[in-house]
Amino acid sequence: MFIINCPYCGEREQSEFKAGGEAHIVRPKQPTELSDDEWAEYLFMRKNIKGIQFERWVHTHGCRKWFNMVRDTSNDEIKAVYKMGEKPPAK
Amino acid sequence: MIKNLRVKTSKFIDETYKISFKFNGTTYYGYKGDTLASALLANDIHLVGRSFKYHRPRGIMTAGSEEPNAIVQLHSNTSRTEPNVRATEIEIYEGLEALSQNCWPSVKFDIGGINNFLSPILPAGFYYKTFMWPANFWEKYEYFIRKSAGLGKSPTESDPDVYEHKYIHCDVLVIGAGISGIMAAKTAAKNGFKTLLVDEKPYLGGSTIYQNSEHFKINNQISSSWLEKEINEIKKINNLEIKTRTSVAAFHGYNFLLARENLTDHLPLENRDNKTRHRLLKIRAKKVINATGSLERPLIFDNNDRPGIMLSSAIEKYANLFGVVCGEKNVLFTNNDSVYETAICLYQKGINIEAIIDNRENVDSKLIKETEKNNIKVYKGYTVVNTSGYKRINKISIMQLSKDGQKVVGSKIVIACDCLGISGGWTPAVHLFTQSGGKLKFRDEDQVFIPNIYPSNQISLGSCNGDFTLDEILTNIPKALKDFLDINKTDYENLEVQSSFNKSKRNIWLLPSDKVIGRTKSFVDYQNDATAKDIKLALREGFRSIEHVKRYTTTGMGTDQGKLGNMHALGIISETAGSKMGELGTTTFRPPYTPLTFGTIVGRNVGEYFDIFRKTPIHEWHVQNKAEFENVGQWKRAWYYPKEGENMYDAVQRESKAARDSAGILDASTLGKIDIQGTDASEFLNRVYTNAWNKLAIGKCRYGLMLNEDGMVYDDGVTTRLGENHYIMTTTTGGAATVLGKLEDYLQTEWPELDVYLTSVTDHYATVSVCGPNSKKIVSQLIPDLDFSDENFPHMSFKNTKIGKIKCRVMRISFTGEHSYEINVQANYGKSLWEKCMEAGKEFNITPYGTETMHLLRAEKGFIIVGQDTDATMTPIDLQMDWIVSKKKYDFIGKRSLYRSDTIREDRKQLVGLLTENPNEVLEEGAQIVADINKSPIEMLGHVTSSYYSPNLKKSIALGVVRGGKNMMGQKLIIPMENKQINVTVADPVFLDKENKRLNA
Ligand SMILES: [Zn+2]
Repeated sequence: MFIINCPYCGEREQSEFKAGGEAHIVRPKQPTELSDDEWAEYLFMRKNIKGIQFERWVHTHGCRKWFNMVRDTSNDEIKAVYKMGEKPPAK
Repeated sequence: MIKNLRVKTSKFIDETYKISFKFNGTTYYGYKGDTLASALLANDIHLVGRSFKYHRPRGIMTAGSEEPNAIVQLHSNTSRTEPNVRATEIEIYEGLEALSQNCWPSVKFDIGGINNFLSPILPAGFYYKTFMWPANFWEKYEYFIRKSAGLGKSPTESDPDVYEHKYIHCDVLVIGAGISGIMAAKTAAKNGFKTLLVDEKPYLGGSTIYQNSEHFKINNQISSSWLEKEINEIKKINNLEIKTRTSVAAFHGYNFLLARENLTDHLPLENRDNKTRHRLLKIRAKKVINATGSLERPLIFDNNDRPGIMLSSAIEKYANLFGVVCGEKNVLFTNNDSVYETAICLYQKGINIEAIIDNRENVDSKLIKETEKNNIKVYKGYTVVNTSGYKRINKISIMQLSKDGQKVVGSKIVIACDCLGISGGWTPAVHLFTQSGGKLKFRDEDQVFIPNIYPSNQISLGSCNGDFTLDEILTNIPKALKDFLDINKTDYENLEVQSSFNKSKRNIWLLPSDKVIGRTKSFVDYQNDATAKDIKLALREGFRSIEHVKRYTTTGMGTDQGKLGNMHALGIISETAGSKMGELGTTTFRPPYTPLTFGTIVGRNVGEYFDIFRKTPIHEWHVQNKAEFENVGQWKRAWYYPKEGENMYDAVQRESKAARDSAGILDASTLGKIDIQGTDASEFLNRVYTNAWNKLAIGKCRYGLMLNEDGMVYDDGVTTRLGENHYIMTTTTGGAATVLGKLEDYLQTEWPELDVYLTSVTDHYATVSVCGPNSKKIVSQLIPDLDFSDENFPHMSFKNTKIGKIKCRVMRISFTGEHSYEINVQANYGKSLWEKCMEAGKEFNITPYGTETMHLLRAEKGFIIVGQDTDATMTPIDLQMDWIVSKKKYDFIGKRSLYRSDTIREDRKQLVGLLTENPNEVLEEGAQIVADINKSPIEMLGHVTSSYYSPNLKKSIALGVVRGGKNMMGQKLIIPMENKQINVTVADPVFLDKENKRLNA
């Protein structure tokens, strides 16, 4: 079970959090102008990387804030956490 | 004939404290300090069980938690009964009763033993192959398999014991209190680390604590004496906590571990009441030191499973620790030096050793010399090729190995014996390390897997790290500890170590025999009866991956997870397939390391504490008025209120009729309520609902449908505009938490520029819904000052008012199609509000109704229930709710998905009404709907989602989803049931009051 360093609360048990999938997928500003393929790309396609992955987490049983995490999915090492809207750390 | 099989030397056994226990119905005696296994061996009992598949007689193999054979059922037919207890672990206590498992009618005569003679037709994958066909026979096969196999019986009564969970945070956790663990714990604690030391056994010191030999010395003291002093010292250290009888079950990522502390299993039953039996420790350690030791390997040869065949180290432990002799005519068989330690130990105690078989040809060491000096015959370069003796080994045959170790040569020598100690070298106990995500590497010299890459702040010390000899251990530990703990010095610099262990080893995974492999029974996994032959067969049939071979042969899949034989299985695969061990990898070791009882896992969360349940403020009234309850999420909701002699159907019919004829009352407090405020609240609602919200006047209510981004219906409910920038949203009971979560997600991540604040107020309000033609009369009695005219208080509007002095929000909204009011008050006034409504409604026969009637009433009106009439594949268009989807709005969640190529298909499943040909026939929810019963295969068009007998319409009504149903109005369809076919007609889903006249009645 991870220990996650919430950018708002500090280190907490993983059981307080929920994972929210891949990060930095921006909802299109004008969905109605997208083709089926473009919309499907936004809606369904996820990378599911083995290795360094940027993902969304929320501190459900805490401050309820969403934030981003850089995690190595091969060994679960958390490389960084940062707030929504902040730039992802350079690799 | 009672033999004296005790040798008086052990200080671990209290011979003044005699304990009686029962095994298979017979009373025996042992001493305080004995395990069930040591006490049985002291009574000359080796045969303790039968094997799983062939029902072969099996004896005690080991002296620890790795035991595959000696598993027993404790206290059969009582509430404290427990299956699969290892006799080698359970400490005896007065009144202990144990039974052998896997045998019927008795361990000595077992009918399943016939499988042993049928074994040529019971090869690997036998169950898969034989019982696959015909498929519908499986139930019959399963019955017999379960009956004849079975690993013990689970208890049928509830567990009288108490269990608990405890969190522990420490700087350093040391797993295992052998010599390595003791040194590590002392060093960590003395350097200021808050340290926890755990060991599964009741004593400290591991195997060194009974190593009483001149050949193993530390600073010129016998190793056990040296260690004893260390143990006495660590007991005095303040910041070191020691827990014995504590077995680490799981090692998760980020140094999170689960351990079971066993507090009462060694006590007589009458002393266990009011005590906690097991404590599940949830340990978060900054650093973990694995000092889990190693397990001796067996050797794989023909008939290597007879009672009396034991690990050599177990024989030594029984002699040294328990003072028990395992046999009078002992033979030892080895590929390495460690049996000579056993030999010297036995010899010193005056126990007879017939011979030692060593598969190494040119080998010499101080230990071997010492052994030979004592006139013990050592056969070098020999192997055991067979054994005999049905219920106990009585002789072995040995032959000389060829130079390459692949064949046997020369003639057979037969040696009589009653106990055969075997040693195939040692396997580091890396189970916990690999559970934590650690990666192993294969060390070719002695064919072992050792820790290589650590995934967290941890280290492995001693024999679990592949350091098997005393001098290696004592030389490597100080250095490793200094690095790991970042300290300058330990108490163990420059120890003088005397160790006579020669590391040479001749590793042959499967020893050759004079028979062809097909005629041998060389067991690799004792518990699951998987033989070397089975593994070779699996390879011949094309299995290559170790994980596949494991499943096909069931190797390593018993309760012991193959602690003894997994390495040999790998070795045999590697040799047969010609692949390298290091490249094959190991199978995955999964938690728990040793089995846990369910009680330990659930702790105090039993009975009414098993899960949280939520009660409305009106709950007590429902209980007093004999409501039956339904679980909706975590809520207990009143389901229906049966009167004397009524069943559910009767009650629901009565409640439904009363609600439409006069007045009904429902506790709607469980509906989710979200308070929404902010200057962008209207815009926010516009984006999350399918319909338009910016023109909703203050004081008005509107029904909304919420979609997922994929266009599928997610939730629904009525939202009311309380002020310019203030709304109250209601959600479904089950969806409240996820809807809030979803709204927060969009606000924080997609639209942070919106000025909107969300607060869950579900628990803050109690909600009472009064409906029916007399509802207005009832509610207006409670609030006489309010103008209840349709002009002032129309349908879909809201008033902030008071009942007496109590503030309340009243919405005129309806989920039943009747004229109705939802009154919201601060939660603690809920029950009194309900009682006031009941009082005011008395003259109108106001009838409390539960969720079932609510479902029936709304079905009459064709209103959907999200999650019952929808699953995650229904769009609003599929629900024939096009009217609620705004065409004008530029965007809302899910909009773009409503015209994807898939969602615009005409033949999607669509919600329709269904009327049965026979108006009294009520359909079963979930029943399939078809058009043509003769088509093969029958085409399933959809299924029934809601179905009731409507007392108001006096006929059966149903909702269902049907492929292309929208264009099938009036068409006849068929519901095929087990014994009949029901004819139905597709109808409008609104069955009652299409014109909505009743809303204003
Ligand atoms: Zn937080």
